[in-house]
Amino acid sequence: MSKSAEMKSLFDPVIVRGAVMAALAKLSPREQTRNPVMFVVFVVSVLTTVLWVHALVGTGEERASFIGWIAVWLWFTLLFANFAEAMAEGRGKAQAASLRRARRDVSAKVLDASLFSGGQTWEMMRRGVRPTHKPGAALHKGDIVLVEAGDVIPGDGEVIEGVASVNESAITGESAPVIREAGGDRSAVTGGTTVLSDWIVVRIAANPGETFLDRMIAMVEGAKRQKTPNEIALDILLAELTIIFLLACATLLPFSLYAVKQVNAANPDSGAAPITVTILAALLVCLIPTTIGGLLSAIRIAGMDRLVQANVIATSGRAVEAAGDVDVLLLDKTGTITLGNRQASRFIPVDGTSIEELADAAQLASLADETPEGRSIVVLAKKHGLRERNLHDLGATFTPFSAQTRMSGVSLGGREIRKGSADAVAAYVGRMGGRASEEAKRVVDEVSKRGSTPLVVADGKGRTYGVIELKDIVKGGIAERFAELRRMGIRTVMITGDNPVTAAAIAAEAGVDDFLAQATPENKLDLIRQHQQGGRLVAMTGDGTNDAPALAQADVAVAMNSGTQAAKEAGNMVDLDSNPTKLIEVVQIGKQLLMTRGSLTTFSIANDVAKYFAIIPVAFAATYPQLNALNIMRLDPATAILSAVIFNALIIVALIPLALRGVKYKAVEASVLLRNNLLIYGLGGLAAPFIGIKAIDLILGLFV
Amino acid sequence: MTLNAVLQLVLYLAVLLVLVKPLGWFMARVYRGKPCGLDRVLGPIERLIYRIAGVKPEGEMGWKAYAAAVMLFSGVGLLFVYGLQRLQAMLPLNPQGLGAITADSSFNTAVSFVTNTNWQGYGGETTMSYLTQMLGLGVQNFVSAATGMAVLVALIRGLARKNTATIGNFWVDLTRSTLYILLPLSLILATVLVSQGVVQTFKPYQSAALTQPQSYEEALKDDSGNPVTGPDGNPGARTVQVTEQAIPLGPAASQIAIKQLGTNGGGFFNVNSAHPLENPTPLSNFVQLLSILLIGAGLCWTFGEMVGDRRQGWAVLAAMTVIFVALLGVCYWAEQSGNPRFDALGVDQAAGALQPGGNMEGKEARFGIANSALWATATTAASNGSVNSMHDSFTPVGGLVPMWLMQLGEVIFGGVGSGLYGMLMFVIVAVFVAGLMVGRTPEYLGKKIEPFEMKMAAIAVLVPCALVLLGTAGAALWPSNQANVPNPGAHGFEEILYAYSSASNNNGSAFAGYGANNLFNNTALGLCMFFARFWIIVPVLAAAGSLAAKKAVPVTAGTLPTHTPVFVVMLICVVIIVGALTFVPALALGPIVEHISLPGN
Repeated sequence: MSKSAEMKSLFDPVIVRGAVMAALAKLSPREQTRNPVMFVVFVVSVLTTVLWVHALVGTGEERASFIGWIAVWLWFTLLFANFAEAMAEGRGKAQAASLRRARRDVSAKVLDASLFSGGQTWEMMRRGVRPTHKPGAALHKGDIVLVEAGDVIPGDGEVIEGVASVNESAITGESAPVIREAGGDRSAVTGGTTVLSDWIVVRIAANPGETFLDRMIAMVEGAKRQKTPNEIALDILLAELTIIFLLACATLLPFSLYAVKQVNAANPDSGAAPITVTILAALLVCLIPTTIGGLLSAIRIAGMDRLVQANVIATSGRAVEAAGDVDVLLLDKTGTITLGNRQASRFIPVDGTSIEELADAAQLASLADETPEGRSIVVLAKKHGLRERNLHDLGATFTPFSAQTRMSGVSLGGREIRKGSADAVAAYVGRMGGRASEEAKRVVDEVSKRGSTPLVVADGKGRTYGVIELKDIVKGGIAERFAELRRMGIRTVMITGDNPVTAAAIAAEAGVDDFLAQATPENKLDLIRQHQQGGRLVAMTGDGTNDAPALAQADVAVAMNSGTQAAKEAGNMVDLDSNPTKLIEVVQIGKQLLMTRGSLTTFSIANDVAKYFAIIPVAFAATYPQLNALNIMRLDPATAILSAVIFNALIIVALIPLALRGVKYKAVEASVLLRNNLLIYGLGGLAAPFIGIKAIDLILGLFV
Repeated sequence: MTLNAVLQLVLYLAVLLVLVKPLGWFMARVYRGKPCGLDRVLGPIERLIYRIAGVKPEGEMGWKAYAAAVMLFSGVGLLFVYGLQRLQAMLPLNPQGLGAITADSSFNTAVSFVTNTNWQGYGGETTMSYLTQMLGLGVQNFVSAATGMAVLVALIRGLARKNTATIGNFWVDLTRSTLYILLPLSLILATVLVSQGVVQTFKPYQSAALTQPQSYEEALKDDSGNPVTGPDGNPGARTVQVTEQAIPLGPAASQIAIKQLGTNGGGFFNVNSAHPLENPTPLSNFVQLLSILLIGAGLCWTFGEMVGDRRQGWAVLAAMTVIFVALLGVCYWAEQSGNPRFDALGVDQAAGALQPGGNMEGKEARFGIANSALWATATTAASNGSVNSMHDSFTPVGGLVPMWLMQLGEVIFGGVGSGLYGMLMFVIVAVFVAGLMVGRTPEYLGKKIEPFEMKMAAIAVLVPCALVLLGTAGAALWPSNQANVPNPGAHGFEEILYAYSSASNNNGSAFAGYGANNLFNNTALGLCMFFARFWIIVPVLAAAGSLAAKKAVPVTAGTLPTHTPVFVVMLICVVIIVGALTFVPALALGPIVEHISLPGN
């Protein structure tokens, strides 16, 4: 996104208008007590306003106009902080509103659940049974509904029968339809999405108010409610600083009274006067960390918002922060590190077979094989001059792949051709009375070492034709991303069902730090536990039901929206785009969130130095005129304090874009990052107010 | 800066830093219960102590039990020292026949010595019997220091251990600190001091004939203390001839050794180490100065060793040393530059072969500017508080340095143990902010800093600041206290601020001048000292317990390294910023306005 476009979306006029109104509404004391720093500003604003009224009607401690202007700008300080929060909320609210629109009241076609108990399917009974109609909001867990073309899916659930194309744009913003079908990893459907063609039978998986849509709306709207442990710790630090400054300012009154007494004892006509409450109030508000205090909730909401913009929904802010702390990323090989599926890249004949013979056998064995691997074998055979043939015309029957045989193939005219993993085919050859080919074994080893997957082709007479090399295509640019992660201190572990040799070759090519070969749900879970016992934080993505235990165990678990309901429930984030590389973005968003907080805290505190130089000389001008030597900015005594207060208020507004957009994260070593941010926000925070206060003072000079 | 001064300051720092590693190594072995050389001799004594006291040395404590033991031990010590002072007239070893001490002064002194503050509202030679000095104050000099060291070691264990509920055994840490570290070092130092002429005797005070008899006028008073008017209507006066002086004696050397090593600072004599029998020679001055910072600096190394990463210890020591050297430079510069008001009086303040030059008011001629500025900086950097010159007579900026060093929370070396555990609380704050800035949940030495640790660190940082400000405000407003401030104007305020900064940071250094030995100040300062000590110790131990229970996060490239120069700068900034932002307004009304008001500024 270009910078100007981003700025435009940051300050969308509709959101700004709403935020201005919300900023005023947030002045209620109940809202203010939620933030200790801003609550102090609130109390002080009320106090100064009372002093101003007192000065108007009677004898004020200062000129009424002075107190009045200070009071006005103290109120503005509060309003600006409210505005920042409202801006961040506004963006979330817009998102929630569009989600709510998706939850139209739909009428569900409910089927009697008992009909499905005995293995019956809708297909079998559809002629005799009519669904009853019921409002979608009244559906409960376990209800079974029929959704037909054009219907809105009434609730979250699992497809138990049928296949349909579904438009999920209401949730994901992606208009291309997706396939949802019973069984497998694409069985979950979300309420509010629309079936475009065909029909499905869905078992509802969530009670009213607990649906995914409800969770999303609650997340987007509720971001301001819950504080993460890290924020609580920061709140403690800010409260501590506030108390320190409160004490420093409050005790200044007795100190000043003492000084006045001393000066008057030496010279009764000195004109010394104690510091006024208005000035103390101004000093206090300038010193307490209002900049970070005012922007804190905006930073949190904006962080969640950035996640939503990336099309990821988190169940808690805690999960987002945990993402910034991740030490180990578990990434599935397929789809994340390599492009979708393996492709046949080469036929390697053995034992004197010609390459054409092998291609012919491989093509026959794959004609009915609709898996991407199978299709790619047919494509490769075509390159060897073999046209696609029709299995039906040949009178052949197809034997699909099964987990037991680990082979697939074809039978035609007494001839059996099988292709499959090396050991499965070797066993088959043995059963058929042949001898396992030594050459095939060698080739298989070579292919495996290259990181490719070998499929061996043999026939029912015990003859081995040769090997098909299936190659994994590593995604472009992935190695650079892993190098970046390594610089961030994050280890990447590739998870794959491949054998260790294949896995090692791909791992080397992709540049991951480690891999888990022949992964099963159990050893995946073990790996996560092992890392966690070492104190590491583990992140992973997953979509299948068998990923659920690992997702539940991982600290940051991103479930694919296309995945099963079980996976989504086990994870603490859902990626609506179902893009496993998203995890890397999630980590960066988590880090940005923390960095923005830390940097603005540093900035806020560094600001205080200049404010002392602005306020102290004027505050004690009557008692110790010598202190004007500290007025190094050469501010006009009449406007110096007001300038500091105005700066303190305006800096909040000036930093709203930074709070919403987040401090930029670069993948460099932590100490370099610290040095850079210290220079920018520490030194910058020291210098900025000197310039800002002086500028404001010069401008005010034009009006006084 | 004179060459002589540079040489002295550099020599001092060099010797100090060279000793850090051997002493730190030795202390780490002591606290780990490993053979350290002395255990062959002292081991049987240590075991005997445990047997008599019924302590099971292998029994570990959780933080609450540890804190309870600290409080119990300190409470009993407090009552004992209080009782001893109240009853000293009836007890032996009191050759001068000194009477019982008032209740408020006894309370103040008892709190002062139990909290390792050693604020002294009294004058030693005119108040305390030898028994009180040795059995009350001397014992507390050892055990209050050992308590601080024990609490530090408990915190270090909290950082070093993982997944455990215990942080050590207070009775063992206390015994080992005293027996293996404080006693042997004191023995060596006391012997050196005796060789230099520091007194160590039970003899009563001696009197000596003055080589140059003095005389002064004394107002005549009647029996009820009213001035007597002479026949001419003027107040009557008589001339008093003084031919003899009393020379106070006592077991001083042994007490001075631990006074310096244990960052106690409570002098045997009223003028502390400015007294010729407490600190007679340049060599005695050097070794006393050295022992002020010795253990505090060495403990940084011990810390690094015990957490398994020596660089961490060096980093903390580096932060302390940088602040120390910078402020030492300011103090020396201010004192050597002299006082412009003296110029008006025709005083020669230029350094030359025959004089150190600069502001020599309140300084001993045998120490000069460099050693006085160094002592003033070291004694307030560490929470020692002993003096070899009168800080009240320093230039405004020269006096600001020791005051501000105390206000920084006594974490630049600080008290033995307490300085480092205070600094580690600042480290937690620094790590928290720095950790956020690199985008990770902050962690220190593999331990995540979460709300509980933050809360404890916040309390530990906040308490001394609050006590200084509130105490000073109270003392400035209290009507009857006005008479206790002898100086007018900003300097008077500075005296109050100095006293409360000293007590509220358990330093004990006095600006002199301020009349502190009265009901109000004895009570208020006593409370400040008490809360400053224990409202930090308890949160520190709580943090230790919470840290010990955590698992350790392994170090990765994303971990914020806490041994690098960048982090050292960050830590320095946090300490300085908290100290500056809290106290600048108060300092503006004291030393700053005083400095600006000097002629020529």
